[in-house]
Amino acid sequence: MLTIAGKTFRSRLFTGTGKFSSPQVMQAALTASGSEMVTVALRRVDLHDPADDIMSVLARDHFFFLPNTAGARNASEAVRLAKLAESSGGGNWVKLEVTPDPRTLLPDPVETLAATGELVKAGFVVLPYMNADPILALRLQDAGAAAVMPLGSPIGTNQGVLTRFQVAIIIEQARVPVVVDAGIGAPSHAAEAMEMGADAVLVNTAIAVAGDPVRMAQAFAKAVEAGREAYEAGLGARRSEAEASSPQAGLDFLRE
Amino acid sequence: MITIICNGESRQLDQQVSVEQLMISLGLNPERVVAELNGRILNRSEYAVTMLANGAILELIRFVGGG
Repeated sequence: MLTIAGKTFRSRLFTGTGKFSSPQVMQAALTASGSEMVTVALRRVDLHDPADDIMSVLARDHFFFLPNTAGARNASEAVRLAKLAESSGGGNWVKLEVTPDPRTLLPDPVETLAATGELVKAGFVVLPYMNADPILALRLQDAGAAAVMPLGSPIGTNQGVLTRFQVAIIIEQARVPVVVDAGIGAPSHAAEAMEMGADAVLVNTAIAVAGDPVRMAQAFAKAVEAGREAYEAGLGARRSEAEASSPQAGLDFLRE
Repeated sequence: MITIICNGESRQLDQQVSVEQLMISLGLNPERVVAELNGRILNRSEYAVTMLANGAILELIRFVGGG
């Protein structure tokens, strides 16, 4: 079981709620994923379409909400969004995202570290989205982050875990859970992160934009379980030269 | 006549209303919306008793899908 800030999760697959074609598809896919924690964003109400309340389909007793600060470009915007999320009944957990560049959506390490410290002091459980920088992971942990969320590749790119060497170091050093977030585009990517020892993965785009989001959610659930099982079972070491699987002895009769 | 800025748009109100009355008139469920009035986040218990004054700047925010 995974524990973050005292809360336990049976599923190591966290899911996002963006980009789904309809609230009904989202609800079906998230249920099929077995995910217990889902991210949500905060936006102005569209006064020209006030009935468009997609969150109403998600039962709060079934899904634990992890509000994000997506869209924040600096620490003060992120803190403002986190406080709005808390007032919206989103609880005091926050996925901290500070992404100043809309083209890459890469996280700003300086502003993320500053906002982590400020939000931790204000009583938030902070899970910062971060570039896969092992030193930054330690800094965020020291600032009180409840988990760290290094990116596999940029948000929405479906490129997989391009940062695997850095993520491996983060996992090796971290005292808090490591959640690989962003860029996980296929179940094999999720399994790879879990085999490396990630505590969880967060997937949104790959499920939401799949041809059949419900089946893709199930595929991700299996991949995350398989990857975790493999990690716990202990993978064999990688080698640079071949090593026969069949005995080398006992072939004398072929050459006599 | 009272003029407020709600979610960036100028809005005329015939009479003074509370934040909660405005939300309901806009078709919103106050339970699901958070209000920030002149930069200060309101507690839900304040919605019914907070009247919108001329020139008020109100932001109505809610959860949407996101990753």
